[in-house]
Amino acid sequence: MQEVLLSVNGSEVRAHIEPRLTLADFLRDVAGLTGTHLGCEHGVCGACTVLLDGESVRSCLLLAVQAEGREVTTIEGIAGPDGSLHPVQEAFTSHHALQCGFCTPGFIMTVLEYVNEGASPDEEEIRQRISGNLCRCTGYHNIVRAIRELAEGGS
Amino acid sequence: MKPPAFEYRRPETLEEAVGLLAEHGDEARILAGGQSLVPLLSFRMARPGLLIDINRCLELDHIELDDGRLAMGSLTRHRSVERLAGLSDRCPVMMEAVRQIGHVAIRNRGTVGGSIAHADPAAEWPLLALVLDARFEVTSARGTRAIPAQEMFSSYLQTSIGTDEILTRLEFPLPPLRAGSAFVEIARRHGDFAMSGAAAVIDVEDGKVVDARVGLMSAALTPVRAAEAESILIGHEPTDDVLGRAAAAVDGAIAPLDDVHASAEYKRHLAQITTKRALTSARDRARGAG
Repeated sequence: MQEVLLSVNGSEVRAHIEPRLTLADFLRDVAGLTGTHLGCEHGVCGACTVLLDGESVRSCLLLAVQAEGREVTTIEGIAGPDGSLHPVQEAFTSHHALQCGFCTPGFIMTVLEYVNEGASPDEEEIRQRISGNLCRCTGYHNIVRAIRELAEGGS
Repeated sequence: MKPPAFEYRRPETLEEAVGLLAEHGDEARILAGGQSLVPLLSFRMARPGLLIDINRCLELDHIELDDGRLAMGSLTRHRSVERLAGLSDRCPVMMEAVRQIGHVAIRNRGTVGGSIAHADPAAEWPLLALVLDARFEVTSARGTRAIPAQEMFSSYLQTSIGTDEILTRLEFPLPPLRAGSAFVEIARRHGDFAMSGAAAVIDVEDGKVVDARVGLMSAALTPVRAAEAESILIGHEPTDDVLGRAAAAVDGAIAPLDDVHASAEYKRHLAQITTKRALTSARDRARGAG
């Protein structure tokens, strides 16, 4: 067991954990933040994507001990302090870019990084950018529409 | 889908990491970006007694581009290469390859050294290293030695790095600016492991090919150089006919295996297509074509 201290959505989380615990399981089972979803657990589906110091990472491919002293942002941490949705969440809602919702947190975190870097409204680039996130409802068209609106709004 | 139990150490210097390897090399694995190793742990295909996490050995995370070469520490992330100012102009084939590695979330974490040490024949860096004649440096308590790319990849996921050694540095001699190059992959979706991939560099002077490099990924247990294809090109005008004959010649250099995505026969077919596309783009981009 190892003691770790990391920051999740701006709050410090301290715990004694096994080194083999992934960040994804840490977030869900230790920090109690079940918004980060686990699909494949081997780095294919992208459902567990979170931000580590602002960069998208797959939390099933990172050990929680590796996030020691770093800042982790999950889907629970992006709405405004008054609970108002983040613009990425708003865009997904208004374009019906979620169906069952399982893949949505991973998509939102992936898109958040993309929007922060300056998203392009080019459809091919958008589709490449989200190629690491799988939606088994296959609702990609509306996800692309939501991202395009964000890109056009931001330019 | 959970990793087995292991001991975990997080050295902050290369010296410390090398010390741990000297003591525990046989049972230890080095954890860099974790984009290949952690899935292997989760599948229980790897069961190391000790994980040596080098992510805080910051001396291994550096990148220098000058006129004739690009040198990197092994902990350099793919994304750092992708963001390197001037790389698109000075070594476009490297940028083209890096952008085809997985997805952004993978490139944010995955490291260049990790990709080389993992030696997946479907990965971009091993092929790029082979085609650009890269040189590696590995360090152990016994000292430091150089390994040329041609001697690095011994078999599927196997390299000539010893169990007590760590890959520390990669050096890529860059092709001349006038040379044309291309890195072409065919995958079912962007970012998936390629069913076939080819890299080509063609340098043309007075209308004739003076240097040619051709290599393939996902075509054998290791990345391969296609020497026969290269010799067909050198000394000749890079006409469509010559490029076609060179692409056909890669067939003798490869030994693809069946997998769930494509049969060996289909990969053999694709190898000629990716090679032809890479050669054609490289020729069209070469400036000495006259």
